[in-house]
This record gives sequence, C-alpha cells and structure tokens, in this order.
Amino acid sequence: MNRKYELVYVVSPDATEAQVTELQTQVEGIVQRMGGTLEKTENWGRRKLAYEIGRHKEATYILDVINGSGELMKEIDRRLKVFDLVIRHLVVRVDEDEGVVERQRTRRTETSRRRRIARGLPPDRAPGEGQRGEPDDDRDDRFDMGLEDVR
Amino acid sequence: MNGGRKPSGGGRGRGAQGAAGAAGKDGQQRRPMFRRRKVCKFCSDKIDDINYKDVKLLMPFVPERAKILPRRISGTCAMHQRKLRTAIMRARQLALIPYTAE
Repeated sequence: MNRKYELVYVVSPDATEAQVTELQTQVEGIVQRMGGTLEKTENWGRRKLAYEIGRHKEATYILDVINGSGELMKEIDRRLKVFDLVIRHLVVRVDEDEGVVERQRTRRTETSRRRRIARGLPPDRAPGEGQRGEPDDDRDDRFDMGLEDVR
Repeated sequence: MNGGRKPSGGGRGRGAQGAAGAAGKDGQQRRPMFRRRKVCKFCSDKIDDINYKDVKLLMPFVPERAKILPRRISGTCAMHQRKLRTAIMRARQLALIPYTAE
C-alpha cells in the first residue's frame, strides 16, 4: 500500500554542507531500498528557530515528499532518531488531506458555476467581477475586535 | 453616509431588567456598542488547506504569548479551528512557531 508522506527534518547548524547532502543521500538510499520513491526534496536553508533546541538558535530545514509504505516511514523515523545531527523531524501523511482539499475545491467551483448558470451568467467569473467591491465600508473598524486588538 | 451601519437596537433590550439600578448612573455614557460579526478567515478567503509549513498564515493565530487564539475571539469556524490547531501543533514541533514566549 503506497501512500504519500511529507518528511521535514531539522539539521543542526554545526553540520557542514557536505554532511547535509550526505544526510539527504542517506534518506534517499533508505527510500529506494524499501521500494519507495522520492517525489521531491526542498532545502529551506537556514532558518531561525522559534525556540532554542539544545543551545541552537538556527538550523537547516529539509523537506522531502515521499511515496512509500508505512514500513518505510517507520524505518526513516527510526534512523533519523539515531542521527545526532538531526535535531527534529516530523513525518506527516498527506495523501488523504490532499484528496479532501481537492474535493472541496472542485465542489466549490461546481456550485458557483451551477449558480451562475442558473442566474443566466457565463459559468466562469470574469476578472474584476464579483464581490470584491463590497468591503468599502470596512474602513470604520473602531469597534472591531480585530486580531490585533486582542491582548 | 450612514448607510446600512445602524445599530440594531436589540442590544440594550437584553440588559434592561437586570441592570435597571446601575443604568441610572452610567447609562448616559454608554454608547450603543456594535461589533461587526466575525467571520471565519479561512471560509471567507477560501483557504482549504491549512498547512503547518505556512508560518505566515498561522502567525496571526498565535499572538504574543504564543497561545492559540480561541475561536470566540478570532471567529474561526469549528472545522477550520480544528485544522488550524493541528497545523500549529505540527509547526511547533519543528520550531517554526514557539510554544511559549520567553
């Protein structure tokens, strides 16, 4: 049973570039050995951490999208726990959520099209047309409990 | 140009019986306060996918002390608040969003 997973791992800032790429190839190796495919890798580069993790203030983030079995992800999880250079990692299954999002999106466009046809309009909204004209009296938000007022 | 923004008038009726004594003192200063009805940001912007990687989207919902903003204040609908919560918790694990402010 192949599923789609996202793997993000956070590599310690002490690691050299070579070490980071070595880590990436290692992950790729595990994926290939266990019969999965690596759909894409993304290196977010160095980011500031929101909180200190063992005296580190920033770290390198790497995102992998992997097609594979649960066994494979279990193995990756186990291996990443062992590496000292990887200070955090997270595996998330994404195929189901993506399906839900896709369905919602198609349902929304379909209903809007149906309604527009019922009103005798062309099914797709022309650029510039639509509800965007309304919020002009939004300017007066003195009594608004906006997000920025809440302390 | 006051079109459409009149206070409903229903707001004062509710407190009329209970606060009759107190109303004599500060009743005059009290303005008819009206708040705009809060709407779910994700419903109105048609954001289906609340992703833990999208820090910019999540940050307004973790103000100052880095607690998750409650629904009663942000106006987010139940479904999206649930998704928001998981997204924030995932982002916290990866140190994209703080657990607390120090």
